[in-house]
Amino acid sequence: MRNIWTITWRELKAYFVSPIAYVVSALFLVAMGYLFSLILINTRDASLRPLFNNMVFVLLIMAPALTMKSLAEEQRMGTIELLLTAPLHDWQVVLGKFLGSLILYVVMLLGPTLYYALILHVFGPPDYGPVVTGYLGMLLVGAAYLAIGVFGSSLTQNQVIAFFVGVVILLLFWIADAAGGVFGAGALSDALTYIALPRHFNDMFRGIVDTTDVIYAFSITAIFLFLATQVLQTRRWR
Amino acid sequence: MPEASTNGTPTIQVQNLAKWYGNLAALDDVSFDVQKGEIVGFLGPNGAGKTTAMRILTGYMPPSSGTARVAGFDVFDESIQVRKRIGYLPETVPLYTEMSVWDYLDFCARLRDVPERDSAIERVMEMTSISERADTLIGKLSKGFRQRVGIAQALVHSPEVLIMDEPTIGLDPKQIIDIRNLIKSLAGEHTVILSTHILPEASQTCSRVLIINNGKIVAEDTPARLSARVRGAEHVHLQVAQPAPNAVQELEKIQGVLSAQAVSDGVYEIETNLGSDRRADIAVLAVQRGWGLLELRPVSLSLEDVFLKLTTSEELPQ
Repeated sequence: MRNIWTITWRELKAYFVSPIAYVVSALFLVAMGYLFSLILINTRDASLRPLFNNMVFVLLIMAPALTMKSLAEEQRMGTIELLLTAPLHDWQVVLGKFLGSLILYVVMLLGPTLYYALILHVFGPPDYGPVVTGYLGMLLVGAAYLAIGVFGSSLTQNQVIAFFVGVVILLLFWIADAAGGVFGAGALSDALTYIALPRHFNDMFRGIVDTTDVIYAFSITAIFLFLATQVLQTRRWR
Repeated sequence: MPEASTNGTPTIQVQNLAKWYGNLAALDDVSFDVQKGEIVGFLGPNGAGKTTAMRILTGYMPPSSGTARVAGFDVFDESIQVRKRIGYLPETVPLYTEMSVWDYLDFCARLRDVPERDSAIERVMEMTSISERADTLIGKLSKGFRQRVGIAQALVHSPEVLIMDEPTIGLDPKQIIDIRNLIKSLAGEHTVILSTHILPEASQTCSRVLIINNGKIVAEDTPARLSARVRGAEHVHLQVAQPAPNAVQELEKIQGVLSAQAVSDGVYEIETNLGSDRRADIAVLAVQRGWGLLELRPVSLSLEDVFLKLTTSEELPQ
């Protein structure tokens, strides 16, 4: 456990010496601020639900930007050889890296948006249930996104390729249910509908926590971290 | 260099190790042992399989076949146990350029669960003479300093076994001497394997040398005995002031002299039987004939000659 934390801590420090953390955080918050005011002016509704729906979409691009460096850069610089010959398991390296990006996401991206909740609290109390479950949803969605990003980063030494692989996988998950219709009704169509991302989080933004949605988020996260570990391991065989 | 004790199991045992990249054998049926406290040098041309052998020993990649044990643990099945006992300096020094030297070493010490990190870091910075750069960012360091930070990283947990791939590459001559002395001082307590393609380095630092070529061990001995073995005959260099036209014939008449050859005017290369020193007889002859003896010295084959002989003769039959 301490090994994982060592990796996570280094990852976090590396974020703050490179401009990535600041740039991604700033751009995300600019987009969120713009959307929040636009939505508030148009709906005059003390609710964060429309903002969450937009946030999930903007994160399609922001999450892979946060993780593109994590394993790709280690492979490019040769520091992966240090990590893979240190007395820790490959999954600990991957998990440590993932937790670093998750903490950054919570502190630098998600955290500052609480300010909007505060504004709503001052100017017309919102329904707090959906706000709390909405943030839980954003945490789960963020974890799944970042795990997919880390997987993209494990495949290559090139950060740009890592970024695009992450974005494309996320897009495919986003629109999987659209493809479901092509196959008519049936198991394949059901499966594609099930793995589509958006429908799993709409409920949480409305204030409903369904365990299948929570399990879905954990599964996506676990599967892609597992795949990233496998990629690292096959790298050893080459 | 004291001869390592042969009792007890060797620290490193390698048996029939092979590594294939597709059809290409990077290592082909390699076996060797390293006793505790030895400094063993892997010597070979680039691409001979030195790095592959080291990567297998450090658990970075598994072998295609064969076994390797470090401190009694299998490098594949008990990889974590092996890694705990190894300090490794890869060919590309694994440095995070955005970290300071201290932070980097602290990270490495944490990865390896070093109990008293601060004193361990101070100790290795002292050993590699980088103490005054503790707060410098690694990205701002020269090649020589980076190499030494890499060595410090490999030593921070006082590993039983130290594996270094080209440890002195990129250093200036003064630093090379410092690092060689450092490596020599580690012998006894630590077992060291280093790779190099610089021959004097192997002869100066290592107690034993494995010459690797095309994935195979082509020779294995102490540097001194290796050069003696390949020599086959003793060579003597003779220079005189006034050579007689029949000097070559005269020299070849001396008992034990196999051949004599005039290299240039008044300079001769004389080959004599292995283990026999004919220099006294040659000197007497030169003085008696009034040639004017200027120089007479034995020529010993350097490890360089040995190396070339071993790594090039193999290619000849094809």
